[in-house]
Amino acid sequence: MARMSDSPAPRTVFLDNGLKILIQEAHTAPLASVWCWYKVGSRDEAAGCTGVSHWVEHMNFKGTTNIPREKVKGIIEEFGGSWNGYTWIDQTTYLETASRDALDRMLFIEAERMANGLYEPADVESERTVIISELEGGENDPDQVLEMEVNSAAFKAHPYGHPTIGWLSDLERMTRDDLYGYYRRHYLPNNATLVVAGDVDPAEVIRRATDHFGAIPPGAVPVRALSAEPLQLGERRVTVEKPGTTAYLKIAHHAPAATGDGFFPLLIVDAVLTGAKGLNLWSSFRTPPPQRSARLYRALVESRLASAVSGSLLPTADPYLHTVSVTAREGAAPEAVERAAIAEIDRLAREGVTTDELEKAKNQLRARLVFENDSVTNVAHQLGFFETIASVGLFLSAADRIRRVTRDQVAAAAAAALGPNNRTIGWFKPLRPAS
Amino acid sequence: MDVGEGLSPTRRRLENGALVLAKASRATPAVTIAASIPAGTAADPPGLTGVAHFLSKVIDRGTASMDAEAIAELLDSRGVSLAATAMRHAFVLSCTCLAEDFSSMLGLIADVMRNPSLPDHEIDTRRGEIVTSIRQDQDNPAVLAVEEQLALLYPDGHPYGRRAKGTIDAVERIDRRALERAHRERFTPAGLVVVAVGDVDPARVVDETSRAFGDWRGRPVEPWVTPPPAPVLERRQRMFQVADKAQADIAYGFNTISRLDPAYYALSVMNNILGQYALGGRLGDNIRERQGMAYYVFSAFEPNLGEGPLVIRAGVNPANVDRTIAAIDEEVRRMAADGVTVEELEASKKYLVGSMPRMLETNAGIATFLQSSEQFGLGMDHDVRLPDLLGAVTLEEVNECARRFLVPGRAAITIAGPNETPAL
Repeated sequence: MARMSDSPAPRTVFLDNGLKILIQEAHTAPLASVWCWYKVGSRDEAAGCTGVSHWVEHMNFKGTTNIPREKVKGIIEEFGGSWNGYTWIDQTTYLETASRDALDRMLFIEAERMANGLYEPADVESERTVIISELEGGENDPDQVLEMEVNSAAFKAHPYGHPTIGWLSDLERMTRDDLYGYYRRHYLPNNATLVVAGDVDPAEVIRRATDHFGAIPPGAVPVRALSAEPLQLGERRVTVEKPGTTAYLKIAHHAPAATGDGFFPLLIVDAVLTGAKGLNLWSSFRTPPPQRSARLYRALVESRLASAVSGSLLPTADPYLHTVSVTAREGAAPEAVERAAIAEIDRLAREGVTTDELEKAKNQLRARLVFENDSVTNVAHQLGFFETIASVGLFLSAADRIRRVTRDQVAAAAAAALGPNNRTIGWFKPLRPAS
Repeated sequence: MDVGEGLSPTRRRLENGALVLAKASRATPAVTIAASIPAGTAADPPGLTGVAHFLSKVIDRGTASMDAEAIAELLDSRGVSLAATAMRHAFVLSCTCLAEDFSSMLGLIADVMRNPSLPDHEIDTRRGEIVTSIRQDQDNPAVLAVEEQLALLYPDGHPYGRRAKGTIDAVERIDRRALERAHRERFTPAGLVVVAVGDVDPARVVDETSRAFGDWRGRPVEPWVTPPPAPVLERRQRMFQVADKAQADIAYGFNTISRLDPAYYALSVMNNILGQYALGGRLGDNIRERQGMAYYVFSAFEPNLGEGPLVIRAGVNPANVDRTIAAIDEEVRRMAADGVTVEELEASKKYLVGSMPRMLETNAGIATFLQSSEQFGLGMDHDVRLPDLLGAVTLEEVNECARRFLVPGRAAITIAGPNETPAL
């Protein structure tokens, strides 16, 4: 029986129009996964048009010139497949995973999506309210409300500060032409990466991809000058007060980009504080990390100040955030929760980690990198994700980079990132409804 | 693995009644282990709802030979998250580990299942976490709508209508004695099923499971009889207010059948057409695609050892609650009155059969499938038979299910949302 690890290295091919194709053979199941990644996300949105990347993603499920609206339903389900998409700060991506027999269908769908979206005005209007409903669903969750506030406070210049779903007033105002214009400017073969993983023949993938994508003309990829986030000069603090039952705390520090020197050492820091999550946004963050011996788990959960703690450090194109999230335990004093969390963060910034902790964190990450690459969907995701935010080479070298991290590098990364001047603290304080 | 060949797992019964299911898959150097025992939340004694859930939070916090600290180190040094989950009927300990850690993780699971020490200070620590979690649920319209809906569908203390976590009052009263009793009475080898899927030889799984559990003795556990809920003769609607929320959550449903009912496959296909296929089936076409009212709308069919629910869910702006319920009524009534089309039937069956390779791609997916096949007595060749079972479903069977279960006049409806949500 085939192993994922027996598969050859991914093959890279460029079409004449600039489309980059990554092909990963994996003959472990009779499946293929196709992802099409665009280097456009909420970082590319100007004020007044926040949320446009995500809304465009929704519109790209609404029918194309050669996939009329009524033919959308069932187009991939016919092959037992599923399809989906997501938008985040650096990227917009679409996927289909289905029987290997559906390869041609999946490539057809993605080529249509790249070139021939219809953007019917009636669909724009019905999707406007669907997205506002998605936003309102997020507002029901105190943790998401707090995250939005903390991110906005942490970034005053770089567009990572605004939410990917957009601000409500922009969602209410944007027009069909705003969406279509944005789509046409960014959905170009030379701004995309097509990834195919699974039980496929690379020569067939190249032939079929050329058939479907080869005639799509390249264009000038918009270059928008982004303000670099200036060095933070002191602690920032936000408080959200709303009716609720539970208090939540977030502590965010600006963190290096995926290509930054400190990124992999900071992954170790995150693992020591809250347990290793791995590197796969699509899968790993859905399963809890091993964290019972993690420093913040012990300081907050075992000490009965919190009922849960988690950490987040994601690979991004520009410097983003390391965020610790805490659910305060019923009855715990917020000041005590914050004091205990900050004490552990400061101690790590001051003293670094022990040799045993470094080894444990590396073991955790080694295991998570195996667990998070267990399906053709996950394998394809990782190749496309890293190619979009940095390079596929960064992903292929990630395990080795983690293995080579030293205690000194961890100490330096912790000292650089976790200082109080680089910190944004956010509280969700529940207002008890009057009885 | 190729579905055409079938999973063909190894299945061995140990002398003490415990069962081992093993399937080798070399795709990744990892193994998923799941040990289940019939000790889920349905076994909670009246007045002490939440015991099984509480036990799931504390069972792995110390054994006769290892304290919580030692267990934490064992897990964390290998990158393993051990999950203890109290489902309705099954209590499951599960994890995914590297193949090199299989023996130590299987040994830990056996120790936790057989010899939990349930230290008092761990009980008190987890109690606070559970209370906090219940308080969070009280502020979560989606959780509230579903829990209250199940309470409406399965009233009078029926095990499917009770909150798995229990009430804060009950959780405050659960002590070490109650937890020890739950463990003593329900955890015996006769009902144990250990599933291991991944990069490990099945003969080794049988051998090591036999060593870890073979000398465990205990009396057989009486099989559960899950009573059918009281028959529903009228439509019921309840509103639960959660202050200052942007969205209202709706749960709309019916009691249906048990997993063992012959109508299971027809009802699965009907549910797929109603609220699953593509982006939420017919419900998605109407409420999301045509009316643009909801980001999520779908139906979920959850039969169990006893009769289980079919629940339609939607999250909508509070101003759209009435319109959404009217749209659900319309789709439910239309399917019951007019049935589904041949095209819908064939497309749905093709999808359900065709999705099996995805369902059985990963170790965890295979383990869940095998565990469920064993729990419901479907046979170890269920994966091979499933395409034919689905393929044999007829239009008349699906339409009969629609007529039998989709009756708006007997729907249980709950809405959880802000104060300004229209009262019903």
